[in-house]
Amino acid sequence: MVKLIDKNTRAIVQGITGTQGRFHTKLMIEYGTKIVAGTAPGRGGQEVEGVPVYDTIAEAVRSHEVDASIIYVPAPAALDAALEAVEAELNPIVVITEGIPVRDSIELVAKAQRKDITVVGPNTPGLIKVGESKLGIMPAQVFKEGRIGVISRSGTLFYEIAAHVTRAGLGESSCVGLGGDPVVGLDYIEMLEWFERDRQTKGVALIGEIGGDAEERAALFIADGGFTKPVAAYIAGRAAVPGKRMGHAGAIIMGSSGTAESKMNALRRAGVRVGEQPGDVAGHLREML
Amino acid sequence: MKLLEYEAKEVFRRYGIPTAQGAVVTSPEAAREFAERLGRPVVVKAQVAVGGRGKAGGIKPAETPAETYDVASVILGMTIKGLEVKKVLVEEKIAIGHELYVGVTVDRRSRRYVVLASSAGGMEIEEVAAKTPEKIVRHDVDPIDGFRIHHALGVAKSLGYTGKKLTQLAAVILRLTEVAHGMDAELTEINPLAELEDGFVAADARLNVDDNALYRHRELEEKLLNSFQGELTPREMEARAQDLTYVELDGDIGIIGNGAGLTMATLDTVMLNGGKAGNFLDLGGGASPDQIEKAVEFVLSDKRIKALFVNVLGGITRCDDTAKGIVTAREKTGVRKPFVVRMMGTNEEEGRRILKEAGIDTLDTMEEAARQVVRLAGGA
Repeated sequence: MVKLIDKNTRAIVQGITGTQGRFHTKLMIEYGTKIVAGTAPGRGGQEVEGVPVYDTIAEAVRSHEVDASIIYVPAPAALDAALEAVEAELNPIVVITEGIPVRDSIELVAKAQRKDITVVGPNTPGLIKVGESKLGIMPAQVFKEGRIGVISRSGTLFYEIAAHVTRAGLGESSCVGLGGDPVVGLDYIEMLEWFERDRQTKGVALIGEIGGDAEERAALFIADGGFTKPVAAYIAGRAAVPGKRMGHAGAIIMGSSGTAESKMNALRRAGVRVGEQPGDVAGHLREML
Repeated sequence: MKLLEYEAKEVFRRYGIPTAQGAVVTSPEAAREFAERLGRPVVVKAQVAVGGRGKAGGIKPAETPAETYDVASVILGMTIKGLEVKKVLVEEKIAIGHELYVGVTVDRRSRRYVVLASSAGGMEIEEVAAKTPEKIVRHDVDPIDGFRIHHALGVAKSLGYTGKKLTQLAAVILRLTEVAHGMDAELTEINPLAELEDGFVAADARLNVDDNALYRHRELEEKLLNSFQGELTPREMEARAQDLTYVELDGDIGIIGNGAGLTMATLDTVMLNGGKAGNFLDLGGGASPDQIEKAVEFVLSDKRIKALFVNVLGGITRCDDTAKGIVTAREKTGVRKPFVVRMMGTNEEEGRRILKEAGIDTLDTMEEAARQVVRLAGGA
């Protein structure tokens, strides 16, 4: 069962003393996220933005009630950090770190799955329950509380489309960045199942890109009646060339599979309105709602 | 990172996968010498990191040392798919009874390594999957239980082997999964795996290492440049050296964005408006003014580029930093090309002000900006 966040979620920041960890801890607290502790090996006893720092999670949970974790540690140390969070049964675990070897992601996702823990990422902008809490690096100003759920594999394109949804007066409920790597903890289908149950969400913006077949599988799921609310989509990478990695490790067309056309066609067949340009998604949603 | 055949075979041997006796040489003389020492017929194989070497004439048998010299002279200096052949692998010619396929790759859907094996070796596995899917045996590796000899025996048995051959084949399959794990492979293949009278030999070898895992494989560093020769253009090599995430495309509009998804969407929107992108350049998250300046300089200096489109959605990347980077790069290079800038988010106002002072207008939406840059580049 997918577990996301709300205003009551108490989180720990792993890698809180690094540049990124420090900067985003401040922004998350400003947004209203309950950051109760941080970890950084060798820096136990310090404070960041008024948040106490511990050497390990085991120590932190002795003094604090913790639900979730967000990870900013560099790639070579990320698997260990995430497994530490899995052992402490924190849920969800949000892995912001980019550049984690796929072998490590496979191990992490399998070990989390065994304990029914949700892993968001790796290489994700994180997730946000708009107006309540965010565990991520997304700029807060583009969101406004409302009725659209957003699922995206990328970061900035997700903000771009969310900004349009906000401007169109629809607003967002919860938004999740799945992550740009080939192996990630969450896929579109699991998120669609979650949004199907979420009462606040009246429609979904699905933002995909070239590589793999996650969007095609989501389309089949929608076509089979697994998700019944309106969906509008945008797929990036129509101008991409096969065999070249377009920024994300997962964004690569192999032979004829993983193309933008294949994904757009599959979604259209499932009744999803697919935007020609990112700005079209919000308009489609407004028409459908 | 794609290893060359002989490099992949060096790894295979380290993991105990049988390969034919061979030597890598750079001259016909050395090829002849190896054939003389071996005293048996050989195969001469071009070492370039592209597929279809055989069809291009880059793999040829030779019966005698003299013939080996001749064949090597032809192949060395050949150009295959734009790549000059600088090395050949001279290998003992093996008497192949039957050709199999064994491969290990990452399956995104099941989020696992998957072992694929087939009795129809020698052709691309995608082709086998399309034509005769019943000939492929698939085993999903449980990340926690791992892949052990009994799993390998199961795969070998499904291909119809029994007795000594069964255990020999299972050993090769098991070792290939050890290569995949130990070397952080995105893909490793033996195609074909030659079945001989008394065992199996890897007749070809493919090993693509996960770029994100290269920090664990320092031994590959010196091979890295080789590996990119097949994949990257000279400009892409230069970009890599400068630490820029860059892909060369064949249009005339320079594209710089932040974030892979947004940058891809920028290319698409330009295309939709009748323009053609000359590159993809992703600044990534939180680029500093220096990094932005370097990126703008890199694209500005590209003679093919007629106009630039910078699209930045400021989150951790700041619009004022972006503006400063653009202005400095223009001053430094002295190159005057039309710029279209769209920026939104963190420190947007300050960014717009800096650009306005330098005579560069900013636009509100990427759609508008795309139309504008196509016009400026002289397109639709």
